[in-house]
Amino acid sequence: MSIDNSTVKKVAKLARIKIDPKEEHNLKCELNNILEWVDKLQKVDTKNTEPMLSVSNEPMPLREDNVTSKIENDQILSNAPEKKAGFFVVPKVVE
Amino acid sequence: MTDFSKLNITSALLGLKNKDFKSVELTEYFINQIDKKDSLNCFITKTFDKAIDMAKRSDEKITKNQELGLLEGIPIGMKDLFCTKDIRTTAGSKILNSFIPFYESTVSKNLWDSGAVLLGKTNMDEFAMGSANTTSFFGNVINPLKSKNNDKDLVPGGSSGGSASSVAAGLCLAATGSDTGGSIRQPASFCGLVGLKPTYGRCSRFGMVAFASSLDQAGPISLTVEDSARMLQSMVSYDSKDSTSSKKKIENFLNYKKYDLKGKKIGVPKEYLIDGLNAEIKKAWDLGISWFKSVGSEIVEVSLPNTDSALPTYYIIAPAEASANLARYDGIRYGFRAEEKSDLTQLYEETRAQGFGKEVKRRLMIGTYVLSAGYYDAYYLKALKVRKLISDDFLKAFKKCDLILTPTTPNVAFPIGEKQTDPIEMYLNDVLTVPASLAGLPAISVSASLNSDSLPIGLQIIGKPFEESSILSAASVIEDSRGF
Repeated sequence: MSIDNSTVKKVAKLARIKIDPKEEHNLKCELNNILEWVDKLQKVDTKNTEPMLSVSNEPMPLREDNVTSKIENDQILSNAPEKKAGFFVVPKVVE
Repeated sequence: MTDFSKLNITSALLGLKNKDFKSVELTEYFINQIDKKDSLNCFITKTFDKAIDMAKRSDEKITKNQELGLLEGIPIGMKDLFCTKDIRTTAGSKILNSFIPFYESTVSKNLWDSGAVLLGKTNMDEFAMGSANTTSFFGNVINPLKSKNNDKDLVPGGSSGGSASSVAAGLCLAATGSDTGGSIRQPASFCGLVGLKPTYGRCSRFGMVAFASSLDQAGPISLTVEDSARMLQSMVSYDSKDSTSSKKKIENFLNYKKYDLKGKKIGVPKEYLIDGLNAEIKKAWDLGISWFKSVGSEIVEVSLPNTDSALPTYYIIAPAEASANLARYDGIRYGFRAEEKSDLTQLYEETRAQGFGKEVKRRLMIGTYVLSAGYYDAYYLKALKVRKLISDDFLKAFKKCDLILTPTTPNVAFPIGEKQTDPIEMYLNDVLTVPASLAGLPAISVSASLNSDSLPIGLQIIGKPFEESSILSAASVIEDSRGF
């Protein structure tokens, strides 16, 4: 399976990464090289193999639904690039 | 007067206990060394004032004969992906350049509770994605070791390159690392050190900047095997804040020598004799085998037939998990934000385009692609199945042997600038470390010999799940046999 420029654009859009049109060609070649290399897995017989979904063999515990730590609003906002009146600021999303 | 440059954790603790010197004196010595060797670029953030404060506290405890921690007064480096409260944590990325956590990672908290002193946050490949510490936004790290035959600056390995380089250069007594596909073991090997990746689930991942959550494990990089055991003991804990944290009993790793290698079966996997394995490394591997024979271990050939699928499997699973984990960097809640923000999508796309480096973007693209509709089954699901085969290979091998001995890397440390044109060439560095990561097994790298350029060659020992003591004990056989 090899990808073309439009797939590169589509994947970049999904990953929310702006790609400079000048980079597109190089990126396409790099990605194709990597994909071609990982493609050798297709030859491995996995007909009777279940996917490995977890490394751990221990059951995932459920914890009590209690508040265990108190985080202040100010702490949450302390690293925000832009904030106002106790909120994160984002570009306008509704008309 | 103690020569601080000759100390390791074990001898430093003895000196502190005997009151030969104070932790503040020791800490001041390392601060001075860090400044002197600034050109190695080992640290992203230095925390010298905090270090002196922490050292003073340890000195007070020692003077007052209070109960001491396992690392009381020992100055260490902390890989810059462990969140440290009120101290900048960057993960080597521009996107976290000004990130100051308001919480502490469990591993770092455990270390401070053990009395360790924080000298600073060590440099690393961006988001731990790299094998040469050349992808950091804060510049590459230089290995303090050099070939005796030329003067070129060498890579320290990666991604925990700043940690390995700082320990090897004598800028701290030990450092933390994190290992997703070899990021502790490979740099430890390149810098002549001991690097241990515990069993998946041993160390809490809470507060560690996530790369690939089913693979990430914290572990120590140290000068000696005993130091490694002591660091590990201080780092591990069951943690309810990490759902994959193990509740298995934590033994006293410092008693690792009780695991007697006599009569134990050492597995040698023939598939690790890969094309491109350096001849001198092959020789070191043979030497390692002879050392285990001489302590009475039995050598058995084992087979890990899916070894050559491990690296491609890893380069599907790790980027896939990374693409999900790194979705959080949106320029809104924390971290770097691009100027362009006419609409939300543009803000995301510009922030991530400018905030991430080239290798990170490449892996995010791969990860997004293999998870996207139409390709999920062919790539991601396939990789999960092959991962199961690789893990089963180890289970079968461990029916025939107790430990597995391999080289850590196919080659020794290489000059900065090499292996930069083809990403796959860089990825091949991890070909011998990735399989144990995929299986979640504990593994250690320890320096075994020097090549003809006097560069270190590391051997890797892989153990059964939660048997860290066994790999420590086996590593000590190599340490005791190598003659330096």
